[in-house]
Amino acid sequence: MTWLGPEEWQAVALSLKVSIWASLVTLPFGIFTAYALARWQFPGKQVVNGLVHLPLILPPVVTGYLLLLTFGPQAGLGGFLQQFGISFAFRWTGAALAAAIMGFPLMVRAIRLSIEAVDPKLEQAAATLGANPFWAFATVTLPLILPGILAGVILAFAKAMGEFGATITFVSNIPGQTQTLPSAIYAFLQVPGGESAALRLVGISVAVAMGALILSEVLARRAARRLGGL
Amino acid sequence: MLEVSLRQPLDGFTLDLSFEAPAGVTVLFGGSGAGKTTVINAVAGLKRPESGRVALNGRVLFDLGKGLWVPPHRRRLGYIFQEARLFPHLTVRQNLLFGRWFAPRGAVREDLDRIVAMLGIGALMQRHPVALSGGEKQRVAIGRALLSSPDLILADEPLAALDEARKEEILPYFERLRDELKVPMLYVSHSAAEVARLATSVVVLKDGQVQRQGNAAEVLGDDRVMPTGVRAAGALLEARLLRHHPDGLSELDAGGVSLFLPQVQQVPGSLLRVRILAQDVILSRHRPEGLSALNILPAEVEQIRSGSGPGAMVSLKTDAGRVLARITRRSAQALELSSGTQCYAVVKSVAIARSDVGGAVPVDD
Repeated sequence: MTWLGPEEWQAVALSLKVSIWASLVTLPFGIFTAYALARWQFPGKQVVNGLVHLPLILPPVVTGYLLLLTFGPQAGLGGFLQQFGISFAFRWTGAALAAAIMGFPLMVRAIRLSIEAVDPKLEQAAATLGANPFWAFATVTLPLILPGILAGVILAFAKAMGEFGATITFVSNIPGQTQTLPSAIYAFLQVPGGESAALRLVGISVAVAMGALILSEVLARRAARRLGGL
Repeated sequence: MLEVSLRQPLDGFTLDLSFEAPAGVTVLFGGSGAGKTTVINAVAGLKRPESGRVALNGRVLFDLGKGLWVPPHRRRLGYIFQEARLFPHLTVRQNLLFGRWFAPRGAVREDLDRIVAMLGIGALMQRHPVALSGGEKQRVAIGRALLSSPDLILADEPLAALDEARKEEILPYFERLRDELKVPMLYVSHSAAEVARLATSVVVLKDGQVQRQGNAAEVLGDDRVMPTGVRAAGALLEARLLRHHPDGLSELDAGGVSLFLPQVQQVPGSLLRVRILAQDVILSRHRPEGLSALNILPAEVEQIRSGSGPGAMVSLKTDAGRVLARITRRSAQALELSSGTQCYAVVKSVAIARSDVGGAVPVDD
């Protein structure tokens, strides 16, 4: 990539890495949370629902600060995790964590909607045919919600690519470590003569977003065909 | 044998019943809201009742007094739902084999090819459910339940969502299930005609209680337990098809009495269940002459039962079996009918037990 400077390229690569990790690692949790919210009745369900959606409505700076308070090096949980070699402070993993938290509500919403569209009577039918709850989910519900899962992953990925406020508050703006695309654009705009670099990154941002959208569309359509939806 | 005893408060009444279902097809018969679906879902394990016990061939499925509840996936029951509930993302073949993945090793396996041939779904194997008609879907659902090696088949109004033609298409498969397979079946229905055609034994439910239990002929002959009212009451006779006449009539033999029906689509020699609705029978003290009716049976009055209305139900002993006649009380008095009176039952219409009461075929009217 000769038309991108090393710093710009670094930001693009880091953003992709952060976003892919953020959207894929949260996926099992996202499916589980969406299933629990869609199908189970349990005490405190509204509290869980509120917590999941909180990052969507809180100012991102607040989310970032709360992350810093929870996972920062001085914080209890952050210090505890550090003993096991898991560190988020000022590292790309922190950027991924911030992006994951911010994208989580979008992912859960998309998956939850698709689970609610699957008739629970199909799971009952699977149960009468001998499938325990896990297998009923794995063989009936999961294949049927594949388009919703794809949509959720793509949304979370896109959100992660664009996440700025929580990331910069939590893990700052360190080139090569935590400087994602939006942070880099912001940094370039702060220095004289940085507009052209910023513009190139904006172009890449738009291209990645469009690419993700088209990919999700293609995959969803293929999934729908496979499900026999004519 | 299936032993059921249940208690569950429902809207406006409490379901509280117990019954035993012998081998063969036991029809849970009753109007809507009688509690039929509650019973079958408790047996299946889809809904936990307040209290009760269900055991199948000695194997306890639940006994809430002892806190015992086997989850549905370990009960080994094949459930045929009202809507077929096929898995839309799987082909017909994959749907059929779904239960086999989970059947315990060593379970008696129904042969896929045999079931597919029996249900006539060989040409559909590679299709997805979305490309099937309502009747085809229900046939696949039947096959899917059978192939899971169940100890008991449950069917919850499996024909209710189908139109008349589709009912006619599916019913024979249930008859074959009853006659060719050893698996007992609990079949929920509100249709007297399905009872007539399928039932080995009938459990009549009303407001959550067992109102009556008996074989199909006994229950269908009792207008007091008909959920659809007196119009559905009638006699159920066994008859053998003798021959087809060139004028389009088929002759049946019921206990030495000849019955004439329009073209019956069966081969001579077949044993059939024939329904005669009580409201299609009129009585005469003398052998009627100059009457267009073809089927006239010599009879002896067994019993006359009347309620508060103008009608009376006369049960008659004939060589063909017990026949019921619904006449007015005024006529019963005018004819001086009483127990033991000799008379003639003029049958306006005889029907092969069909999928619906309304489908009775008039012979001559």
